[in-house]
Amino acid sequence: MDPLDIARWQFGIITVYHFLFVPITIGLSAIIAGYETAWVRTGNPRWLRLTRFLGKLFLINFALGVVTGIVQEFQFGMNWSDYSRFVGDVFGAPLAIEGLLAFFLESTFLGLWIFGWDRLSPRLHAATIWLVHLGTIFSAYFILAANSWMQNPVGYAFNPDTGRAEMNDFAAVLLNKVQLVTFPHVMLSAYMTAAAFVIGVCFWQLRRHASGSEDHAMYRSAVRTGAALVLLTGLGVAITGDIQGKIMTEVQPMKMAAAEGLYETEAPASFSLFQLGPLDGSTEGFAIKVPGVLSFLATGTTDGEVTGIDDLRAEYKETYGQDPGASYYSAGDYTPVIPITYWSFRLMVGMGSAAAAAGAVILWATRRRARKPPGRLVLALALGLPFLPLLANSFGWIFTEMGRQPWAVFGLMTTDQAVSPSVSAGEMLTSLIVLTVLYGGLAVIEVRLLLTYIHRGADPLDPVSDDTGTGTGDGDKPLAFAY
Amino acid sequence: MELTTIWFALIAVLWVGYFTLEGFDFGVGMLLPVLARNDTERRVMINTIGPVWDGNEVWVLVAGGATFAAFPEWYATLFSGFYLPLLLILVALIVRGLAFEYRAKRDDDVWRRRWDTAIIVGSIVPALLWGVAFANIVRGVPIDADHEYVGGFFTLLSPYALLGGAMTVLLFLTHGAMFVALKTDGDIRHRARALSAKLGVAAALVTVAFLLWTQLDTGSIASAVAFAGAAVALLGGLAAAASGREGWGFLGTFIAIALGVGGLFLALFPDVMPTSLPGGDSLTTTNAAATAYTLKIMTVVAVIFTPVVLAYQSWTYWVFRKRISVHHIPVGTARATTPQ
Repeated sequence: MDPLDIARWQFGIITVYHFLFVPITIGLSAIIAGYETAWVRTGNPRWLRLTRFLGKLFLINFALGVVTGIVQEFQFGMNWSDYSRFVGDVFGAPLAIEGLLAFFLESTFLGLWIFGWDRLSPRLHAATIWLVHLGTIFSAYFILAANSWMQNPVGYAFNPDTGRAEMNDFAAVLLNKVQLVTFPHVMLSAYMTAAAFVIGVCFWQLRRHASGSEDHAMYRSAVRTGAALVLLTGLGVAITGDIQGKIMTEVQPMKMAAAEGLYETEAPASFSLFQLGPLDGSTEGFAIKVPGVLSFLATGTTDGEVTGIDDLRAEYKETYGQDPGASYYSAGDYTPVIPITYWSFRLMVGMGSAAAAAGAVILWATRRRARKPPGRLVLALALGLPFLPLLANSFGWIFTEMGRQPWAVFGLMTTDQAVSPSVSAGEMLTSLIVLTVLYGGLAVIEVRLLLTYIHRGADPLDPVSDDTGTGTGDGDKPLAFAY
Repeated sequence: MELTTIWFALIAVLWVGYFTLEGFDFGVGMLLPVLARNDTERRVMINTIGPVWDGNEVWVLVAGGATFAAFPEWYATLFSGFYLPLLLILVALIVRGLAFEYRAKRDDDVWRRRWDTAIIVGSIVPALLWGVAFANIVRGVPIDADHEYVGGFFTLLSPYALLGGAMTVLLFLTHGAMFVALKTDGDIRHRARALSAKLGVAAALVTVAFLLWTQLDTGSIASAVAFAGAAVALLGGLAAAASGREGWGFLGTFIAIALGVGGLFLALFPDVMPTSLPGGDSLTTTNAAATAYTLKIMTVVAVIFTPVVLAYQSWTYWVFRKRISVHHIPVGTARATTPQ
């Protein structure tokens, strides 16, 4: 096997896996911070119980997010050393700043939050989880700035003497127009993912408690908050995604053409809901098309021209030379693998929209004046809901990263130039197998643990042990929390 | 001072931060089967580092990220060259980190024993391999003219490198024992103190041997001063611990590790990764560095935020300053929920 293939599979597997935990960490830290603040302000035990219940699930999720994040940073040097040499001057800076600003903040204040119940005043304790959330925001900003630079390199100059890209405008890197729309898109989808998670979890508990009980009311409240959040953030994700599409068409037109499998330039261009066939431009398979929609996605008007793959290919050959050094890419020069971009784009949009719609249904079904309690269909919807944004995130990343191929950094460096030349296929395969098997095993453990704690539900409060108001940390009492 | 020199010093500081801080939590992990006699005692040990281990681990992430930004060539050559050791370190850190979080989440002896193994192995492997890696960096490894590592996995296991690994394992064990003595109360505190003396003697012997070897091989006057300081701090710490002063004992191992690691960087300077290959090209602070522009930006960020990080990390240690003993350990993960 080619080391390049192995390195790409590893990057895909461990990055998609890592990003299952990231959005829940980002979004759930905010939701928990909101509930804890509500408790501090109102003293209503309901909010404290939700804080602790969701907090336990958050920590189970966070642990895997953290440990898989270490691999993310190391693998640039391990598997992509030529990439690291070439872009380190630009790409390394946001990564280092992410560590200094975000990782320290998240890990230190999460430690305080977990163990600080009897050591900090309630206000200060609530502040620690807000700081964890602030850390996740910083983290998202800097890592997305780094990724946006790969999609649309700005603020650099190529130095022929050193043979690398060198930064000359850090502000331009941080304010890259791709970044400015990608950041809200990813943040909103993270809130959406966490809200969907809360719906699934709390709906499961909701139906285990009699209507009229405090527990029922508590879970219902959480479900409705989650549903409203899913709906609102879903709208935000759609709007930012739409703007993103137009900017993408501007800076990476091939990616938009690849999203549709559009080989010939069209005006107006239609969008196919699905299409059968090989999607290689040889024959057109059966498809259901909506006229003008691709034009709208790409240009903002229903009759705008969308450049097709064939024209772009010719244009790139003109600009970058006959061959990107990648006979490897079977789909042809400068062209991503179309079936993957085509379907991942549809699955991202489809699952995201379905999640928002499900949020609306659940909001309606749990309204106060509903004539009957939510039925089996709503239950299935609520329990399935957490998976929709989670998968939509994955397909979104697969789309945006596969759609950039054959480039690692658009227009500057191809993926096959980026791979480590000194690492053997055997070493890479070892790494791929070890990490994949380990990740698989850990996923099983994590899901089982999550299900146990979801099923256990929120603990009742206790007047003695929940005396958290003192902040003195009485030396002889057991710890409020211990590993 | 040259920006590249400043960044070399800053990267040294990040590694010093990593080894002095995660050093003791590796030590606590490795000592789990030695010091604790039952599950409650194991939990006492784990909870001494519970609130801080993750923050300690971030030092290595920032060291890695800062190397990527400030010395891209160094980052690229090092991480692709030391491939399999780093993979082992990654696996160890993954299972170890999860173990802390998941161990108490199920009331099941088999479950707990498995996570204990993860903590023990997950602490030994990086403690050993970071020492091996640093010994190799200082000594030099085969790097060709294109800055690519051309050795194999076993090239990295020279006697000198293995001695370096033995040194970090023993130093972290001593450091961990000092920390447990400082942070616990009751039986385990006394056992930890007694053990720190025994471990400390072994650590001192190996450390002196390794540092002397390094000094004769690649040392400078500055590194000699640092190494001498490390030896004095270690012996002073052991003497303090022997006379019952646990705080001074811990400070002793802390300074010894800081000066030892600092001295290794001084011995390395101005190279960052020397080559042992005739015709190869050593990586230096100049030929491996990022541009002055990037280094300037990074300097501004580091100057502003490093003190902030140090302030809140120190505050965390202050918040959790109390000693822990067996009666502090609740039955489950949280304090009993029945009124007492």
